Amino acid sequence: MLTALTAHELGARYRSGEATPTQAVTEYLARIDALDPQVRAFLTVTREEALRRAADADARFRAGSLRGPLDGVPIALKDVLCTRGIRSTCGSRILERFVPPYDATVVARLYEAGAVLLGKLNMDEFAMGSSTEHSAFFPTRNPWDLARVPGGSSGGAAAAVAADMAALTLGTDTGGSIRQPAAFSGVLGMKPTYGRVSRYGLIAFASSLDQIGPFAKDVEDAALMLQVIAGADPMDSTSVDVPVPDYRAGLDEGIQGLKLGVPAEYFIDGMDPEVEEAIRAAIAALEKLGARTEPVSLPHTEYGLAAYYVIAPAEASSNLARYDGVKYGLRAPGARDLIDMYSKTRAAGFGAEVKRRVMLGTYALSAGYYDAYYGQAQKVRTLVRRDFDRAFERVDLIVAPTAPGVAFKMGEKEDPLQMYLNDVLTIPVNLAGLPGVSIPGGFTQNGLPIGLQLIGRAFNEAALLRAAHAYQQVTTWHKRKPPMDTSPVGPTPR
Amino acid sequence: MATQKTKISLQEVEHVARLARLELSGAEKERMRRELDGILSYIDKLRALDTTGVEPTSHAVPLTNVLRDDVEKPSLPRDEMLANAPDRHGELFRVPRIIEE
Repeated sequence: MLTALTAHELGARYRSGEATPTQAVTEYLARIDALDPQVRAFLTVTREEALRRAADADARFRAGSLRGPLDGVPIALKDVLCTRGIRSTCGSRILERFVPPYDATVVARLYEAGAVLLGKLNMDEFAMGSSTEHSAFFPTRNPWDLARVPGGSSGGAAAAVAADMAALTLGTDTGGSIRQPAAFSGVLGMKPTYGRVSRYGLIAFASSLDQIGPFAKDVEDAALMLQVIAGADPMDSTSVDVPVPDYRAGLDEGIQGLKLGVPAEYFIDGMDPEVEEAIRAAIAALEKLGARTEPVSLPHTEYGLAAYYVIAPAEASSNLARYDGVKYGLRAPGARDLIDMYSKTRAAGFGAEVKRRVMLGTYALSAGYYDAYYGQAQKVRTLVRRDFDRAFERVDLIVAPTAPGVAFKMGEKEDPLQMYLNDVLTIPVNLAGLPGVSIPGGFTQNGLPIGLQLIGRAFNEAALLRAAHAYQQVTTWHKRKPPMDTSPVGPTPR
Repeated sequence: MATQKTKISLQEVEHVARLARLELSGAEKERMRRELDGILSYIDKLRALDTTGVEPTSHAVPLTNVLRDDVEKPSLPRDEMLANAPDRHGELFRVPRIIEE
């Protein structure tokens, strides 16, 4: 089965002539047909376009003019990324029929690299959530246990890779929305440094925190995807012109002598003991590979969540002001005047969580509260950043759990604050703009994946990938597949 | 009944909803008040930190002004930009009346 392969294994089959992009895309589409009625990772499947792009890739392989390691590789994208001519909903009713007139820079770069788009993936509305239950359309389910959430907000992107419904996907991470679903779904998820990847064509949530990154079956695949999407872009003035290294070249260098910091503050009260046990074992495995570990302190960790829930909603309330029913998106009928049209449109188009964050952000920015909330949160952001600066004077990487627990049951976290607490170990990285990756680091007795988080210095994605790769050479967690029933849905013909 | 100081009143919820251009039903307002109250109480822990003399961080990476050469470039095609309009009138977006007669 080609769908079980990593992207680099698939590319090798293409080059040796053992398989063609059309064969792989056909297998992936059949697997989506068989499994997605259970998982519901996809909002849109771009069947005809995928087959057309696959045929183009076939021709390139026949002619020997391939475009690189991702040529012909089937991918899928979180629906927060604009795709020209393909609806991009952001998981929201307000953009349900929005068809972007241009491609996001990452999308254009993936097309240029020859990647084949299978479709667009489900997400919490406007990337606000940690479970994908806040999608305006339907929740996505965790391939490891269909009664549980895949994490969020990039739940569709994580579940699609976990269930072998795409070789690689892209998600976005504002407060953990790549790393947490990667942990819950048993795949790799990487948030690059803020500025490493262009955000042009990414529908904005919180502009000082949002970053695009890959979900992958292994480290080598993540390196290939990052290679394509990384680098400055004239269309995003916050993208940074720092040279992009060859991410795959350094993977095998090993981690002998690498200094790893273990932050006590990331092993919090009330964390799942099975998670703690797995992470301690993973740290021991990294030590065995030659890394040296030492305790580090990130004392403002516990304030990160509170600062985030001021800063992110504040930026969101400003970014989402554009959804006014004028130029694109939903417009509610029956308005008395323009203001009434705005208010009715936003009431009809936004879900409960988006309304909550818009209200929270508007409140935090409103007269009389600005300094106490937004001003103070930005100062706390500085303190969180300094914690990391100090730690990285002594260590090369920080190693920690990705989340305090494993995938929870659907409907289990009704209280918004309980949902927010899921992100307590991923948010500080966004506040500091650092790169972070979550890789499979074990399983619970019940067979649920546990995420191991690595955090690096700004623009040092290569060190993260190298350490993660070394770990994957001596462990097999990332090779485990969820037990999925691919038998056809519905009554079998007699 | 125990009285507890609330972080946000129903009147404030209505005021913020007006600022945010968000119509809320009566039931939504009360629920919103209750949920924002819980979240704001949690956020209050920020006040416990002494941040005297701490510079605020708006972006983790220092931002610099980025300029491109002042040369003409084509815009996106007008028809494609208008294709998503909920109410299009020729080459214009039509909106409800703004100025009273």
